[in-house]
Amino acid sequence: MIHEEIIIAGFGGQGILYAGKVLATAAMREDRQVTYLPSYGAEVRGGTAFCHTVIAEEEIATPVVTDPTAAVILNTPSKEKFEGKVRKGGLIVLNTSLTGDIHKRADAAYVDVDATEIAERLGNVRATNMVMVGAFAGRARIVPLEALVSASAELLHGAKKEIIAINEQALKEGWKIGHG
Amino acid sequence: MTTQKVLMCGNEVLAEAAVRAGCRCYFGYPITPQNEISAYMSKRMPEIGGVFIQAESELAAINMVFGASAVGVRAMTSSSSPGVSLKQEGISYIAGAELPAVIVNVMRGGPGLGNIGPAQSDYFQAVKGGGHGDYHQIVLAPYSAQEVSDITFLSFDLADQYRMPVMILTDGVIGQMMEPAVIEKKEVRNLLPKDWALTGCRGRKPNVVKSLYLGDKVLERHNLKLQERYRQVAAHEVRYDAYHLDDAELIVVAYGICARLCKSAMNDLRAKGMRIGMIRPVTLWPFPSRIISQVAGTGKSFLTVEMSFGQMVEDVRLAVNGKSGVHFYGRGGGEMLTREEVLKEMERLYAQLRGGKNV
Repeated sequence: MIHEEIIIAGFGGQGILYAGKVLATAAMREDRQVTYLPSYGAEVRGGTAFCHTVIAEEEIATPVVTDPTAAVILNTPSKEKFEGKVRKGGLIVLNTSLTGDIHKRADAAYVDVDATEIAERLGNVRATNMVMVGAFAGRARIVPLEALVSASAELLHGAKKEIIAINEQALKEGWKIGHG
Repeated sequence: MTTQKVLMCGNEVLAEAAVRAGCRCYFGYPITPQNEISAYMSKRMPEIGGVFIQAESELAAINMVFGASAVGVRAMTSSSSPGVSLKQEGISYIAGAELPAVIVNVMRGGPGLGNIGPAQSDYFQAVKGGGHGDYHQIVLAPYSAQEVSDITFLSFDLADQYRMPVMILTDGVIGQMMEPAVIEKKEVRNLLPKDWALTGCRGRKPNVVKSLYLGDKVLERHNLKLQERYRQVAAHEVRYDAYHLDDAELIVVAYGICARLCKSAMNDLRAKGMRIGMIRPVTLWPFPSRIISQVAGTGKSFLTVEMSFGQMVEDVRLAVNGKSGVHFYGRGGGEMLTREEVLKEMERLYAQLRGGKNV
């Protein structure tokens, strides 16, 4: 039975909310139950941005994630905040370009991704979020890669073709790393 | 937009459903956590030839709804708790003037300016009449994005049919949470033409829209007419979901976001063999008193769960009328209940009940 409660976290401007929306939209197109909740508190500009995405087969009780099965972490303050919160046996995906690769948890699985570097190599550092989402989904296997690619394009409708193409590449590169 | 499944936050689903339900005038004033409604309307209304106005105050916004409704247009305003308090005078006038109107309250923590966390502490204000006078508004409380859509369509029809204000009561989480929804009208009602509206009286008797009734017993007669209408609403428009009432020994009563937590906890506990059932009011006024009264009795206990310090529980107690124990669990101040704490309380109470202790 699929039931994933995912926190995606980074700093404002890293496309954290967009990353959650891509994941949620892909899950919706796969006919999963899904909720997505942005942090709407009085966040400080430049502070930690995060969102909660729940993907399940059964009706979802609450969109608020208090006991995450997975954390997708894009910067160091978010690592400090969320690494310890992932439930035992959960999954932590690190953007090691910014967080380093120290694993504080022995009871969780890690996927290390040089996501910022990969995105820079692909030509747009802003695609870091898609590398990370790709890596998470490649490991967790809750939505197929194709669904993520079309969700990303769907949410970016009207955007330049190059940006859509880089996002697609970023998702694929991430997926390869996550899938291992 | 098509009628395919969309992933939108509750506030945006509400706004789009209102547009599709024929709302052509929206008046608002900013406040978190309902700003997505105003933002969406500011973009959408000009596209369809409707009117969007960011009013100078909540008071102005509700009175703009009064005006638009008086000329027969479907109109809506939205706000969050402190802003809805400011609208109460206008709501009372709209009720007195027998006008349809849709008012949205995306509840946040109170009292006063409170905070921006999700809450259910405006229940009293919504169902007991926050304004003055013997009036009611229909109050609907959705628990998912899909139900936000369905209820929004319904609200405009109910308001027109009964010529009274309808409040859609949600909270910060239902408003902010994105969830798949299909935004389409599901129920069709036969509505009468608005022959009472102020549309220009050339060739006919002038219509009058007012809430001032002077003279011997004139206002009482007006009130009696309103009361008869409220009886009709109470007789025909009660909505709720019920689960496992046939075997339940403990019946949970919860609405909105709380109902989701409780339903999920109930399912887990039933899988462990506990006979727990649930009633989820969809209309808070009229309240589903009859079903609660029917199932109350020996061997049954009730647990009301709210994100408040106990408001709806009073209506549950009135309906139960002493035939069963009525318990309460909740928290407030903009704090979200967790599924785990609700589950624990249900489990604890059930065990106590089975232990034969006086509950």
